[in-house]
Amino acid sequence: MKEVENLHARYAHALDDDRLEDWPNFFTERGVYRIATAENEARGLPLPVVYCEGRPMLRDRVQSLRHANIYEPQRYRHVISSVLIEEGKDFIKSASSFLVVRIMENGETMLFASGRYQDRISVKEMLYEERVVICDSRRFDTLLAIPL
Amino acid sequence: MLERSWPSEGATRVPYWVYQDEAVYAEEQRRIFHGPTWSYLCLEAEIAEPQSFVTTFVGEMPVVVARDASGGIHAFENRCAHRGALICMQARGKAERFSCIYHNWTYDHAGNLLNVAFRKGIAGKGGMSPEAKPETQAPKQFKVHAFQGLVFGTLSKEAPSFEEYVGPEVLPRLKRVLVKPLKVLGCYTQVLPNNWKLYMDNVKDTYHASLLHVFFTRFRINRLTQQGGVFVSQDGAHHCTYTKMVEDKGDAYEKDGMRSASSQAFKLESPEMLHQVDELGDGVSIQILSLFPGFVLHQIRNSLAARQIVPKGVDRTELHWTLFGFADDDEAMTRRRLLQANLVGPAGYISMEDGAATGFVQRGVAASPDRASVIEMGGDKVGSGDSRITETAVRGLWKAWRSHMDL
Ligand code: FES
Ligand SMILES: [Fe+2]
Repeated sequence: MKEVENLHARYAHALDDDRLEDWPNFFTERGVYRIATAENEARGLPLPVVYCEGRPMLRDRVQSLRHANIYEPQRYRHVISSVLIEEGKDFIKSASSFLVVRIMENGETMLFASGRYQDRISVKEMLYEERVVICDSRRFDTLLAIPL
Repeated sequence: MLERSWPSEGATRVPYWVYQDEAVYAEEQRRIFHGPTWSYLCLEAEIAEPQSFVTTFVGEMPVVVARDASGGIHAFENRCAHRGALICMQARGKAERFSCIYHNWTYDHAGNLLNVAFRKGIAGKGGMSPEAKPETQAPKQFKVHAFQGLVFGTLSKEAPSFEEYVGPEVLPRLKRVLVKPLKVLGCYTQVLPNNWKLYMDNVKDTYHASLLHVFFTRFRINRLTQQGGVFVSQDGAHHCTYTKMVEDKGDAYEKDGMRSASSQAFKLESPEMLHQVDELGDGVSIQILSLFPGFVLHQIRNSLAARQIVPKGVDRTELHWTLFGFADDDEAMTRRRLLQANLVGPAGYISMEDGAATGFVQRGVAASPDRASVIEMGGDKVGSGDSRITETAVRGLWKAWRSHMDL
């Protein structure tokens, strides 16, 4: 389904182009964003790395990244593939794979994260009601500032 | 022996070779991690059931922590007596016994060698001589101490008891948090591009908290004008700092024109994330506690966690975070702890900067092993006090480190 792939692609470009302020708008007003690890998920442990419930919390994350948190200049490149879609009446479920490459200002480039997105997308709004980012690895290099 | 000498200023200077020198790093493994210190191993809750185990590290040494069939806790080096392979390759699980995959030698939950495959050969051929003593190369075994749900271990016969090791200044602060059986909420690892001591140093640096972590000060969560204090153990090795729950109205930061001064316009849209229930009943909003050489316990509002510092070479460190709650937490408390997980870890609002800052030191000092950091906030003494604009706990770390290293 083109619209779903398009949503994923626009989301990725917004983050990779440093348009963080647009990021909350990919979610419904009460949309949930959660970064987890495959290990914790498999063990049934609820600990998130990042957890936002609703656009106000998503905007808080952006405000904090812009005005409070200190981190070395860096960019991401998202590569999203293998998109699965399961259509329902009110929402669409989507699962996809991602790689995120991190590029530092001095050019140092590393494979920062890999994993899968598990999404519930509102049919009416074509926005994420829930986006769970399940990282394959339990390890995070230095810090995770920009959302995945 | 190390051919290094300390700057003449003493406690107020730390030379940068301590973060760079391979020989120092190797000596630390022997004198500190295998020496008369207690290292954090895991939470008891992670090996709750008989015959369960986890694998971890003490310094560079891979370690198995296991509970035997009758409930006793043991820890031993994860190194086979035969050729040195890992005895156990999983992160956690349950096992009746441990069998090395290489040649199938087996071990019990305490790391005792139970069986050598084909020890007597087959049909009178092959096998080991009856005089052979493979046990002489057995994996090292730790003395283990479970303290209020945390498991610690030491390899040294000379180590004092755990309680004596921590000492009367810091022990009550450790007990203060560990009041009930614990429940694991999850874990992850933050990889730090720096020497392990830079992280310990950072944790003990009460001076940086509100200057580097601007999130705190923006929202007036923790500013140095609030009520709080520092405890440092006699030997300097362990510390604890705390802040009370008052939202301060002071303007010391604005007056100094510091980066962390609040901008009027900046407000959280969703401050519910920060709401704390005073579950320990003493009005403390943040307590950070460290035990030498590599353990940190935090209470940040209702977020509780054990952080284990694992050195991975002179300029690389793994920080293993285990976030927990209490076994009797209700749904609302669990939800609160999960929301406040946003504050900590690699993406934590008030902790993400630490990895960057300590990495900056590692990079900044690259060409200056013989220069030294200036650690003079609060004078040159090591001790407890009620100001956090001090580097007393940092000086404590180096006092303890130097005494172990004989430098
Ligand atoms: S190395 Fe373990 S049995 Fe040979
Ligand atoms: Fe810090």
